Amino acid sequence: MHISNGIIDGPVAAVFAALALAALTACVLRGRRDLDDRLAPMAGLVAAFIFAVQMLNFPIFTAGVSGHLLGGALAAMLVGPWVGALCVAVVLVVQALIFGDGGVAMLGLNITNMALLGTAAAYLLIAVLLRVLPRTRAGLAVTAFVAALLSVVVASQGFVVEYWLGGTTDLGGNLAGLAGTMAGVHLLIGIGEGLITATTVLTVAKVRPDLVYALRALPTPAVPAVGVSGGVR
Amino acid sequence: MGAGHGHVLYRESTSPVHRLPPEVKIVAMVVFTIAVVATPRAAFWAFGAYALLVAAVAALARVGPRWLLSRALIELPFVLFAVALPFLGTGERVEVLGLRLSEDGLHGAWNILAKGTLGVLASLLLAATTTTRDLIVGLDRLHCPQVLTQIATFMLRYLDVLVGEARRMRVARISRGDDPRFLWQLRGFAAGIGALFLRAFERGERVYLAMLSRGYTGRMPAVWQGDGAATAGQWLVAATVPVVAAAIAATAVVLT
Repeated sequence: MHISNGIIDGPVAAVFAALALAALTACVLRGRRDLDDRLAPMAGLVAAFIFAVQMLNFPIFTAGVSGHLLGGALAAMLVGPWVGALCVAVVLVVQALIFGDGGVAMLGLNITNMALLGTAAAYLLIAVLLRVLPRTRAGLAVTAFVAALLSVVVASQGFVVEYWLGGTTDLGGNLAGLAGTMAGVHLLIGIGEGLITATTVLTVAKVRPDLVYALRALPTPAVPAVGVSGGVR
Repeated sequence: MGAGHGHVLYRESTSPVHRLPPEVKIVAMVVFTIAVVATPRAAFWAFGAYALLVAAVAALARVGPRWLLSRALIELPFVLFAVALPFLGTGERVEVLGLRLSEDGLHGAWNILAKGTLGVLASLLLAATTTTRDLIVGLDRLHCPQVLTQIATFMLRYLDVLVGEARRMRVARISRGDDPRFLWQLRGFAAGIGALFLRAFERGERVYLAMLSRGYTGRMPAVWQGDGAATAGQWLVAATVPVVAAAIAATAVVLT
């Protein structure tokens, strides 16, 4: 769901670039608090992980947009929202510069949608759901599924808001149609994203629960170190 | 160190474009893209001129048109949005091949197609003439925050390692009878992603310890940045492309 050049006009793209820069600065500062001088190697490996995972595509045909595992929710769950957003942003910068995915002039918009909005929405949901749901493997799976699904939909609605602010073609009353189409398509992508994210998080929580950032914040361990088989199929 | 040399899009050569320092190429590419995006969409001639400029740089870099155009196909999913615009747009309707299409929408579709394609071609030319290591060095010399260039360095260094691990896990899964069709394989596939994360994270911990034992204090050594920053002459040579593009954009703005 990278935005390519010419879809959103220049001034709006520039405003979002400034916004993305400010948010990333905050992410660097908070990321240092999580990882201190381990930040560069650890975030680098997590970014490489997200990049590798993103090479798996879910094609869609309705909008100027391709779908694949965004990995924002997965990153938020595993390494926290700050390092997670930073890693997704670095992936997007490199993709724009040397792979031609998404326009260079639209980088601020793409970072805002996928790295910032997606990760923030996912982590807010994770923080709420992990406290509300029972602390079992099923609870963890549902948390990961819902957070991943909704983070994809929120990121796609970020594009709709940006198009409303600075779309290069006036869609008139069809903007609501665009919002609906984007939400519908990304709900379908989100189901795939949710299932894969939930299974991945369960796998990691079973082997190294200490590596799941979202579980570390909780007062008691949510998942026994050696779990029973099962979960999402 | 064999790290970070080349990548799938890099074309080994010693052309004048390849020999330019990376920072001037990055700046030229970004300024060119911004000039293209700022051009009014009705100035059709301007986009023709941009295309000629791209073709000239490609010829100078000895990048063939077939390679460039076939790689540019990756933008297809991103510009499909353009196809919907003539149907969704408002305002005057025109008859095209028996379809009543929005004139504004047609212009919008052209706008996305032209600007998207030129942007992708510019990125491809940068990618074809710059190794990933040089790209990072260039970003560093442009005073991109060091924490970002460091993360990008590690990411590019280990990307191939992780992709290779993912490929081996896939082969192992398939050779044990996992059906590789999407809905079937979801569980094995996702468990593989979990395993990939564990391997990536634990590798990160090992890399960090190895760096620590070699005296890492949170900053990269100065030698990492390399020498041979761009001279004024090289800046001038590379500036021709963005200056011409900016002149075209300015003329287009004045004329329309």
